[in-house]
Amino acid sequence: MKTLKIDELSKNFGTTEVLRKINLEIDEGNFLVLLGPSGCGKSTLLNIIAGLETINEGNVYIDDYNVSKVEPKDRNIAMVFQSYALYPSMNVRENMIFGLKQAKVSKEKIEEQLQKVSKFLQVDALLERKPSQLSGGQRQRVAIGRALVREPRIFLFDEPLSNLDAKLRVEMRREIKKLHQQLKTTVVYVTHDQTEAMSLGTNIAIMNHGVIQQNDTPENIYNKPSNTFVADFIGSPSMNLIKGNLKQNSNQISFVANGSNFEIPINGYDFIEKSNLENKEVFFGVRPEHIFSKKSNEGDFEINLRADLSEYIGHEQIMTFDYENQEVLAKFPSTIKIELSKNTKLYFDLTQISLFDAKTEERI
Amino acid sequence: MFLRWFLYFVLILFALYFIFPLYVMIVTSLKTMEEIRQGTLLTWPSGLNFDSWAVAWGGRGYGAGDTFLKPYFWNSIKMVVPAVFFSTFIGAMTGYVLTKWRFKGDQWVFLFLLFGCFIPFQAILLPMARTLGVLGISNSVIGLVLVHTVYGIPFTTLFFRNYYISVPTELVKAARIDGAGFFKIFFKILLPISAPIIVVTVIWQFTQIWNDFLFGSTFSFGEAAPIQVALNNMVLSSTSVKEYNVDMASAIIAGVPTLIVYVLAGKYFIRGLTSGAVKG
Repeated sequence: MKTLKIDELSKNFGTTEVLRKINLEIDEGNFLVLLGPSGCGKSTLLNIIAGLETINEGNVYIDDYNVSKVEPKDRNIAMVFQSYALYPSMNVRENMIFGLKQAKVSKEKIEEQLQKVSKFLQVDALLERKPSQLSGGQRQRVAIGRALVREPRIFLFDEPLSNLDAKLRVEMRREIKKLHQQLKTTVVYVTHDQTEAMSLGTNIAIMNHGVIQQNDTPENIYNKPSNTFVADFIGSPSMNLIKGNLKQNSNQISFVANGSNFEIPINGYDFIEKSNLENKEVFFGVRPEHIFSKKSNEGDFEINLRADLSEYIGHEQIMTFDYENQEVLAKFPSTIKIELSKNTKLYFDLTQISLFDAKTEERI
Repeated sequence: MFLRWFLYFVLILFALYFIFPLYVMIVTSLKTMEEIRQGTLLTWPSGLNFDSWAVAWGGRGYGAGDTFLKPYFWNSIKMVVPAVFFSTFIGAMTGYVLTKWRFKGDQWVFLFLLFGCFIPFQAILLPMARTLGVLGISNSVIGLVLVHTVYGIPFTTLFFRNYYISVPTELVKAARIDGAGFFKIFFKILLPISAPIIVVTVIWQFTQIWNDFLFGSTFSFGEAAPIQVALNNMVLSSTSVKEYNVDMASAIIAGVPTLIVYVLAGKYFIRGLTSGAVKG
């Protein structure tokens, strides 16, 4: 049984297609993050799961039960919003029990739930305050509390941290992670922040233009992006995508960058489909953090590139190199000194590379 | 320093300019006809003489032809209270629907409603008279309540729509997930935070309806007339002598309720008008 299953779901606003044939499944207790740039349809998808938006095609199942036409309140879900959406005229107590009162839960049960949750979230001292008298972090906690008291099957979070300042955001991120570890409730979480997605999710679904690009574990999203969009979207700075061709002689497969006269051997690469590789136009993907200034593994590939630019950001520096008129970025500890406008020896970790078909932009 | 004094000088000048007619009205209303005839418009009255106020409010006590404000004042109250209430309430509802329960073509509905703000009231006098006739409520306070409610809705809707558009829609979403329905969300979530715009709307509607002469004089006469019509009749139908003191007292009585509403709710009026203009 899947806690949440989305089947061939499509949605359009007028003539604009917002979601196209979305398929998703979440197991009990998992933390799914919907990640993507703004306008990719992730919030719409969340609203559809919540029942706040209608569906044009396809179905949504919660615990194998088709909820496509079920009212939000009857879906056994709870949602935390970006603006917290605390009812301004009610105090914290009234905010938290509003849903239970609507559901006609007995007074004793409501009080019990309220005490339990408010203690758990450490807002029990704030119960009589109005939302306007709370700090950002406290509001966030109350908003989570309002969702918790309902004991839902699925938690929906709609960019809950983007209104907080950087420091508080990191704290609240850890609290949400702890919360999930303790409660083990299934979560669907929408964000455009990749760090948030990586650190919170057990699964990440990356979306663009209403289509899921890749739905995988954070490790696979980072190490084996399924197309150039994912490769480019994840990581900061993002993955270097060097344009070139593949060469295949007998058992030797290598990559030659456009305009370059040497080959990079890529025999160790785990191809999905190992045919028709000769002369294939590809993107050679290597992350800035997998380019080193010293040889650290036996298989590292040595290459001489000219350093053009250095960006110092404290604990590390980002260097831009020229690879036959293509920019290659690398990340080094800030203690290493590299002279600009001079050729420098670099080492590519070939176990960490990705290859993409230049035409389809899909991983090969 | 000079600039400051100059500023005060100009401000005081304007204040005097505005308060001057009111001063003349009050002073005249307290004078006897004897004093008025001397033509000293600005002099202080010889004593506090409220006789003309009593006449304006309660009449002289003889039968035919004695027009005084008391019954018409209550007519106006009976008209203005329900009309303000209904137009404000309906405007709030409409504004709520137009912002939080968007539907296909809702912009057009809003546009047509806005159109109502620009229709000159003279243009609808005849069709409205016919409508009131068909409904059987012409020349009645109820008829005037209906007219004012209907023609208040475009304005009240505009106010509430512009206020609710700055209220995050996520509030409505959260309430829907919590199980609140259309009316519950309106009464429990939105209405409690609408105080500033309610005050603005009430002041606006109260002033409009209380001061209305056109609808009152067209759709009512005799005993069903509102105070502004009665005031007009009273001042114009004076017999032998023009009793300026009674006229002035009547005019002040007819204007006092709007003044009271402004004094009581004025600070909310300013606050409400500018709310939503700046995010915060």
